[in-house]
Amino acid sequence: MSVQEWSADAATEIVRAHSGVRGALLPVLHALQERFGHLGPEATRLVAKELNLSRADVHGVVTFYSDFRTAPPGRTVIAVCRGEACQSCGSRELERHAQHSLGIGFGETTADGSVTLDQVFCLGNCALSPAVQIDGRLVGRVDADLFDRLVSDAAAR
Amino acid sequence: MSTTVYIPCDSAARSVGADEVALALLAEAELRGLDISMVRNGSRGMLWLEPLVEVDTVRGRIAYGPVSADDVAALLDGGMLDGAAHPRCHGVTDELPWLARQQRVTFSRVGVIDPLSPADYAAHGGLAGLRAALGMRPTQVVDAVTESGLRGRGGAGFPTGIKWKTVAEASDPTKFLCCNADEGDSGTFADRMLLEGDPFTLIEGMVIAAYAVGAVEGYVYVRSEYPDAIATLRRAVEIAYEEAWLGADVLGRGFPFDLEVRVGAGAYICGEETAMLDSLEGKRGMVRAKPPIPALQGLFGRPTVVNNVLSLATVPAVLAGGAEAYRELGVGRSRGTQVFQLAGNVAQGGIVESAFGLSLRDLVEGFGGGTATGRPVRAVQVGGPLGAYLPADRLDLHLDYEELAADGAMLGHGGVVVFDDTVDMGQQARFAMEFCAEESCGKCTPCRVGAVRGVEVIDAILHGSPDERGANVEILEDLCELMTDGSLCAMGGLTPNPVRSVLRHFGEDLGLTPVSAGAPS
Ligand SMILES: Cc1cc2nc3c(=O)[nH]c(=O)nc-3n(C[C@H](O)[C@H](O)[C@H](O)COP(=O)(O)O)c2cc1C
Ligand code: SF4
Ligand code: FES
Repeated sequence: MSVQEWSADAATEIVRAHSGVRGALLPVLHALQERFGHLGPEATRLVAKELNLSRADVHGVVTFYSDFRTAPPGRTVIAVCRGEACQSCGSRELERHAQHSLGIGFGETTADGSVTLDQVFCLGNCALSPAVQIDGRLVGRVDADLFDRLVSDAAAR
Repeated sequence: MSTTVYIPCDSAARSVGADEVALALLAEAELRGLDISMVRNGSRGMLWLEPLVEVDTVRGRIAYGPVSADDVAALLDGGMLDGAAHPRCHGVTDELPWLARQQRVTFSRVGVIDPLSPADYAAHGGLAGLRAALGMRPTQVVDAVTESGLRGRGGAGFPTGIKWKTVAEASDPTKFLCCNADEGDSGTFADRMLLEGDPFTLIEGMVIAAYAVGAVEGYVYVRSEYPDAIATLRRAVEIAYEEAWLGADVLGRGFPFDLEVRVGAGAYICGEETAMLDSLEGKRGMVRAKPPIPALQGLFGRPTVVNNVLSLATVPAVLAGGAEAYRELGVGRSRGTQVFQLAGNVAQGGIVESAFGLSLRDLVEGFGGGTATGRPVRAVQVGGPLGAYLPADRLDLHLDYEELAADGAMLGHGGVVVFDDTVDMGQQARFAMEFCAEESCGKCTPCRVGAVRGVEVIDAILHGSPDERGANVEILEDLCELMTDGSLCAMGGLTPNPVRSVLRHFGEDLGLTPVSAGAPS
């Protein structure tokens, strides 16, 4: 399902679908982020109320984990692996190229909202390094050219 | 007659075009009126040959790789479906020396079967371990695992049977079983490949563990970086319920076991077992002080088994073949097989499962064929981001728990990352500290503050005045000592491993002459 506008009703339904789940907070946050793209203050407030937690608790969890976003990401999200196996195959250059070509740092989104660039420490593709993940799809043996192609292909979609 | 063709659905294979090859092959076959049936198997683990296409022939499965979508038409013209020779053809897969020299136990079915076919699973020995276990009393199952010598494959190498015994003997009626599939160590991917290539083996291992210790609820905590593994495992769990391998009445034997897949959220520290438990409880992944140990007070305060994917996935083979057979493999106190992951700058990277006792040279030069760039090997990091960097003159080390520990290194989760002579080891030392600063849970000061300080000091060594280098190296050594002694968990406690190994073996990259570098132990 594609990302949708925030809706308190839909969100409440998602949270309640997890009733009876032990330690439901992470599954709930994942489900909400999948639906709405990010977890804004309205999501934190609603989750706290529904799960009977303090807002500080929910906020603490949201900010602890790097997966959870408090602002909407770009239309394409690219994560570049910075792990050692990728470093051994040139990922440091790829990191520089990615940041330079997009004009943003890790954790940032281009001004036109097209691309968010993330860092990741290992994608489990360490024998086919350097690796990136683009909108959830793993790509191996990525050099600067392939990176540029991935970005422009994503823009064309 | 229909020809069976295997193209992996493993995400590493897909990362270099396996899906495109599959589509091209289906399209060509349709165009030519060829009768093929396609199986999307796991990967055989020869990752440099991916996408690897296998064709079932009277001689056995014949391997072609690496195949690109553009190659498909020519391969078909050349008689690939009959197993014909071709520059990309490697002959019978099972006879490839790289595979034939391995002893695949945990990975025996990975790449061989359709990961989500219960029939395939059963036809290749699946469920034999569970059936054997159910013919024994739970305590006998625990004893068998203890006798097999199986040690945890997640990093710490704790004897699996002993952990189970503690949980089995706990009196609390509610016990949990958690599988650690967080696989955060860079350079490792065996958990992922097993989850994608043979998930039923993990499920079977967990059912056996649950029976042995008396747990009725289990969780698999999979890192979110592995979306394909998560999807495959979720589907496998559904199928296992349909087959009554899970649920209220496992195999009709009157014992219940429920299994749920949980997804991490991008925090390396959640691979540490107590942080993982906090995360499963819906909290920030903070490391807990031990005691109490999770085996007595784990998930929601209940007795809990936490085991790595590979530990649990090895259990069916141990039960099916008998503890004795497993124990006979290996050396010293490292029994059975280890699943190595050969990664980084290596010509032939992938999964090497072999009885303990291989040397690093066997792996890197024998299996790996040296670096991918063809340049000399300069350093090998063993055991993930908290593991030491070993120089090329240490390649004769044997890869078992004790021998590595004696050299200040560790086996960890079995990752082996190769670097050629262009590596800047000063940067690798800096990265170790940077990674720790990034991923520290923040609970204790030596780790939280020490790692940040570590980056600064290494920067000062690398870029500061040469006159102050000696003093800064001393600060770095003190910092390493403080982190080792004062950290609550191995994140802060072992980060000094790679840093010290650079000081010790690669001091010249920190601007130190071999003499002034000394030999910090
Ligand atoms: C910082 C840190 C990260 C860890 N990451 C993992 C991991 O990703 N997977 C894993 O199985 N064990 C990991 N461990 C080890 C676990 O704490 C624990 O020892 C293991 O899951 C127990 O299972 P085993 O006995 O089967 O190895 C990590 C430990 C530390 C200190
Ligand atoms: S050593 Fe680091 S990761 Fe471990 S408990 Fe302390 S702060 Fe947390
Ligand atoms: S280190 Fe980059 S994929 Fe593992």
